[in-house]
Amino acid sequence: MLRKTDRHFKFDWITIILFFLLVGFGWLNILSASHTGETLDYFNFQDPYSKQLIFIMLSVVLIIITLSIDAKFYERFSSIIYMVALLSLVGVFIFGKTINGATSWYNLGVMTFQPSEFAKAATALAVAKYISDLNTDLKYFKDQLKVFIIIAIPAILILLQNDTGSTLVYAAFFFVLYREGLPTIYLISALLVIIIAILTLKFGIIITTITAVVSVLAYHFTRRKKPSIIQTTLIILAAILFSFAIRYAYNTIIPAHQKDRISIWLRLEKDPSELRKMRQTVAYNLNESEKAISSGGFSGKGFLEGTRTTGKFVPEQHTDYIFTTVGEEWGFIGTFGVVLIFVLLIIRILHLSELQKSQFSRAYGYAVASIFFIHFMINIGMVMGLIPTIGIPLPLFSYGGSGLWGFTILLFIFIKLDSNKINEW
Amino acid sequence: MRQFLLFISVVIVGLLFTARLFYLQVYASDSYSLYEDNAIRKVYKYPKRGFVYDRNGELLVANQPSYDVMVIPREVKPLDTLEFCQLLKIDKEQFNKQLEKAKNYSYRLPYVFVSQLSKEDYAILQEKMRKYEGFYIQKRSLRQYETTIGANVLGDIGEVNNAIINKDPYYKMGDLIGKQGVEASYEDILRGKKGIQFIQKDRFNRNIAPYKNGTYDTLPEPGKDITITIDAKLQAYGELLMQHKRGGIIAIEPQTGEILAMISAPTYDPNALVGRKRSKNFTKLFYDTIAKPLFNRSLQGVYEPGSPFKLLTGLIALQEDVIDTSEKITCYTGYKYGNRFMKCHCASGTRNDIISAIEKSCNAYFASTYRRILDKNGNASLGINRWSDHLKSFGLGNFLNNDLNVGQPGRVPDREYYRRIYPNTFYSTYTISNSIGQGEVATTPIQLANVVAAIANRGHYFTPHIIKSISGDTIPSKYKTPIHTTIDKKHFDPVVEGMFEVYNKGTASSLKVEGIDICGKTGTVENFTKIDGKHTQLTDHSIFVAFAPKDNPKIAIAVFVENGYWGSRFAGKIASLMIEKYIKGTISRTDLEHWLLTHSLEDEYAKPYSGEPFGINRQAKLQVIPVDKEALKIYEDNNKKL
Ligand SMILES: [Zn+2]
Repeated sequence: MLRKTDRHFKFDWITIILFFLLVGFGWLNILSASHTGETLDYFNFQDPYSKQLIFIMLSVVLIIITLSIDAKFYERFSSIIYMVALLSLVGVFIFGKTINGATSWYNLGVMTFQPSEFAKAATALAVAKYISDLNTDLKYFKDQLKVFIIIAIPAILILLQNDTGSTLVYAAFFFVLYREGLPTIYLISALLVIIIAILTLKFGIIITTITAVVSVLAYHFTRRKKPSIIQTTLIILAAILFSFAIRYAYNTIIPAHQKDRISIWLRLEKDPSELRKMRQTVAYNLNESEKAISSGGFSGKGFLEGTRTTGKFVPEQHTDYIFTTVGEEWGFIGTFGVVLIFVLLIIRILHLSELQKSQFSRAYGYAVASIFFIHFMINIGMVMGLIPTIGIPLPLFSYGGSGLWGFTILLFIFIKLDSNKINEW
Repeated sequence: MRQFLLFISVVIVGLLFTARLFYLQVYASDSYSLYEDNAIRKVYKYPKRGFVYDRNGELLVANQPSYDVMVIPREVKPLDTLEFCQLLKIDKEQFNKQLEKAKNYSYRLPYVFVSQLSKEDYAILQEKMRKYEGFYIQKRSLRQYETTIGANVLGDIGEVNNAIINKDPYYKMGDLIGKQGVEASYEDILRGKKGIQFIQKDRFNRNIAPYKNGTYDTLPEPGKDITITIDAKLQAYGELLMQHKRGGIIAIEPQTGEILAMISAPTYDPNALVGRKRSKNFTKLFYDTIAKPLFNRSLQGVYEPGSPFKLLTGLIALQEDVIDTSEKITCYTGYKYGNRFMKCHCASGTRNDIISAIEKSCNAYFASTYRRILDKNGNASLGINRWSDHLKSFGLGNFLNNDLNVGQPGRVPDREYYRRIYPNTFYSTYTISNSIGQGEVATTPIQLANVVAAIANRGHYFTPHIIKSISGDTIPSKYKTPIHTTIDKKHFDPVVEGMFEVYNKGTASSLKVEGIDICGKTGTVENFTKIDGKHTQLTDHSIFVAFAPKDNPKIAIAVFVENGYWGSRFAGKIASLMIEKYIKGTISRTDLEHWLLTHSLEDEYAKPYSGEPFGINRQAKLQVIPVDKEALKIYEDNNKKL
């Protein structure tokens, strides 16, 4: 009898509780953002809150299935799962349906289904599998290239579906690779690329160049073991060249609407009349979303009491902008609570990952934490204007069946793997 | 190290988000108010503004509907501008200008596009309104003046300005507020209280539903009707008599302090300040800086009181016991003090007691009693202060603290006042002109009327006021509390007797009215003005004060007619007729009435500005005009409604 109870407890209940807290609180906010003022009917399967309730019930079924499957299955069949996911991504181009400009949906009659939400878990499995292979060493360029290709194929397919937001999520795998031995130079390069890009756009090429020259020279002369002059010169030249490339890309390659988003994010537009126009057009969502959050104040207006939510002032509020409902109705207490739960969940997954005995489980856990983190950072950052507008959902929180199920499977595979760690050896 | 990168990133992002949320929701967020929430539409329901009735229950001010065309710029769709302009009676240029203004004000808030359509225009426009998206008609209530009288009494309402909106959050852009007269002084009572409806909007500014099923909504509370103390018939009559003249009349019921008539000439039709023509007419009235029709002469006109002031000099002398009723003072056609001389009309050697001194308006008598008052204790400085205190007890030298929204304190000098001119020595002779109401004393018609009311009451008065009753409310008790002057009751009898003699055989004997014992006092005041910076003397002001009947007075009156020359010439006639009108209801002295209707002072007013040399007083020729048929017709029309 005691042994049986033991078996149940081997699942990490903290993670499961955090999962249900997010799903439950998310649903309350979807209810608030989507109810029409008429009497609530939870099973009309019309209103988003009703559909989401069904999705949540079905996700419980998915959990049971995911946890029932033998842990070894995920490692053994990861390649096949990955292939199936790629096929489903390709299939969209033939059978797919376009929603909001993105061709990333299958129409199943009663509902639509977005394969890219499942491709994340599949890619995570494939990456974990490849990294955990005894022959793989990420110090070598050949292996780096291979793992990069594993990540890039689904990312490119999704980019071709015109779903930029979901593509960006694949950047999450960088954290996995770095943890598993990718050389630090990649991390430094990535940081430099971001810094140079922002400096160029915000302050122009000249200031970027000066900053680059000064900091590289400072680095050069403060090192006891001087790097070669040629190397230093090359780095400076590369930085300047990159700065020019960014400027050029911003001016000519990037589509207008994305340019606007960057412009709003970095506050590049100074002309007040242009700004006013922007608030009515490209910056409308952000403006409304900040207002809604701000109007909640410290303690919020109360559940179902948000006037901006009831008035549907924030577009797409029950999907990408669900966090604004939290802000308006639950105030700072609510938003801080959500941020805290996400941080705890991610840290918990990280912690569990580090405890894994198999590299496969650890790499997979890292992938789960990273994917959650990227979604969390981009979504909430965007809603508050800290990051340019990128349309991706808040995990477990935003409305949508595919998204919810994708994250449920992603997370519960890890819970299953984690529960199995005693049996590893 | 490697295992900490993501961990640190998560913590940093979490802290960053918390800081940003704290900034948005706690630091930069105002405390929530339903009124400030722009997701909630606030629809105000305007209550009926209270009516105004005269003391006999005649309706003077009511309401009429008015229709404004409103615009919400962002909802405007392309339209047939030509047809729309024709319906609104504006041209294309005005159309564009108004739309531009509305856009500058706000894209999503309603703006008054064309205000106050006529009923006819509204009827035509209403049917076609649906074609013009973004425009709609808003009904408002305007004032309807039943007669043309009492513009200065009743006042007007107009749109609130930003100063008011910032001071009192009750008022919102486009609200109406009392600007002058009782509309201003009884604004709080007349306006009632707006009702409010909260409506949940969506982001397209459409109404969704009442916010919380209307839990927070309130119903408008209608404004209360008020009855004012004015006798509309008397007011109308006074306005007729003051045609072609400038000046002010105040009539008070002595027993109550109720203002029976308050006339300021020239006046205007209060309906001129209603509706679309309001701003044009207001500008015209406002910029008439010579006739000053918006200037309420009966309240704001500060004049030297002239001879009526002798009544006060006499009363103070009796109270201070510097003279008794039997003492006679000899007049040698004037009063000599030092090497100066104050002229008088008495025959040389006339011996006047207080009664005959009032009747003859003897300057010598009042100059010498004035000196006795000031010199009573051998110290003119103390004396003038005592004199000043007596005067102040009649309500002179200060605002009357009543319910009229404009006024002037006038001037009652004391030792302090003269300190600038006479810093060291001060003798009673320095200020002797005060004795006959000329020097530094200055009063408004309402103050003088109040003095007369106090004399009529033999020693006390009630704060002159305009409110008689408020429906469902009481009027302040201060209007029912007598204010006692510093003069004992017994001293009034000889003064009243003197005023009666003025009518009986004195300067107003030609103004007697059969069957009414009127007590009065004429006054003639020199008057100077500056024209193009030059100190110029103009024809004297004609002043008259009176009350009647002698016993149980019903009316006390002060009449000022600018440049009317001597007191009984214009002011006295008007006072007599007003008294007769009020007490009898009909006029027996039609000769006086006809004289007033056929004599105009307009040439008198115009000539100083003509640039030609001109004569005053004796050298001025009185202008005779035919009876003003138009004015008479307006008077009769008003009377029919009353
Ligand atoms: Zn005399």
